[in-house]
Amino acid sequence: MSEKDTGSVREELIKYFDGSERVAEIVDEEVPFPDGKLIVSRTNTKGIITHVNQAFVDMSAYSRDELIGANHNILRHPDMPAVAFKGLWDTIEGGEKWQGYVKNLRKDGRYYWVKATVIPNVREGKLVGYTSVRRKPSRSKIAESEALYVTLK
Amino acid sequence: MPFNFTVSPDFAPDHMSGWFYFNTWLQRNLGTDIHLELFDSFDEQREQIRAGKIDLIYANPYDASMLVREQGFKAVARPAGTRDEAVVVVPANSSVESVEDLMAGSRLATTADPDVHTIGMIMLEPADLDSSNISQREYDTYILVAKALLRGEADVGFFLKQGFDELSDLIKGQMRVLVSSQISVVHHALLVGPSLQDRFDDLSRMLVDMHTDEKGAGVLESMGLSRWEAMSVEQTEFMIDLIDTLTI
Repeated sequence: MSEKDTGSVREELIKYFDGSERVAEIVDEEVPFPDGKLIVSRTNTKGIITHVNQAFVDMSAYSRDELIGANHNILRHPDMPAVAFKGLWDTIEGGEKWQGYVKNLRKDGRYYWVKATVIPNVREGKLVGYTSVRRKPSRSKIAESEALYVTLK
Repeated sequence: MPFNFTVSPDFAPDHMSGWFYFNTWLQRNLGTDIHLELFDSFDEQREQIRAGKIDLIYANPYDASMLVREQGFKAVARPAGTRDEAVVVVPANSSVESVEDLMAGSRLATTADPDVHTIGMIMLEPADLDSSNISQREYDTYILVAKALLRGEADVGFFLKQGFDELSDLIKGQMRVLVSSQISVVHHALLVGPSLQDRFDDLSRMLVDMHTDEKGAGVLESMGLSRWEAMSVEQTEFMIDLIDTLTI
């Protein structure tokens, strides 16, 4: 848990890139990334989740059934600037790997930080989707990212 | 000309004879000559792979990536129930209680095993440690990594989890595990090179049924395996994608 967490609860409107939106309950309380684990998911080319591992289910607080078929932006935290995700999509749609630090939103409104790597899945020369693997970030990288993302909002 | 078979150099020394029994079993059941060549180092083995001199290999997941994507190998089977996990270990009397307590300048004892090293380095990232701010020394075996820790020549060491678990209780008791990976989807696999792929289906059938035959089951036991599982192209590609994310 971050020392800056207040535990406060607020409701916030989250607007997605595709024009959809939802009101989410946001709780200012961090859930620590589990030591030694990787959070793994795969999506199709549109960002729809096709595979999640157990660590993903545990950390997101959603059930596997709720996640499969959902858009990956179900995890998007309102503190994340839209420009960060634009950079991600521009990179992976260009066939390149993307790596960055992301604050994710859990179903219960709490959050967790990850160091995320996303790579395009190419089969027989054709892009079929993306694999995303998240690992535990250092506190210093989280602090740097928090400071940067505030300026990009 | 016999086909050439090799095994990733990170196999447990106790199972070396098992791989020779397996080679004999393969030759009898496939009805073809196969020569088993074991290498002391990963680099030496990779040279032979790149020179196109290997037809069948029990590969670690890191090398599997290169073999499949660059050399046209196909995964035929994986050992059931075994996964490659790494542990980060300190001497029992170390003041370090968690990975985050490790400081820049720490001395790391590691091996040339690419998976264990890669996963180990990822587990040091929460402490802001990478190859630029630690000093690392590579040892030939996990026993030597343990010795370096016990002699005070290293502050932290990486082990294949299975390799650590197989150390004697006396040695293990003088060390402490800081963190253990729980990745679950990274494992060794038996890969078939282009020259042997016309026997792929025969090989796949034989391996999947191997444990049901008395002789086959005995050979598997001597290799420290319970049975083989068939591996699909997509399972292989998924594992390689995952390894790719860990190497940047």
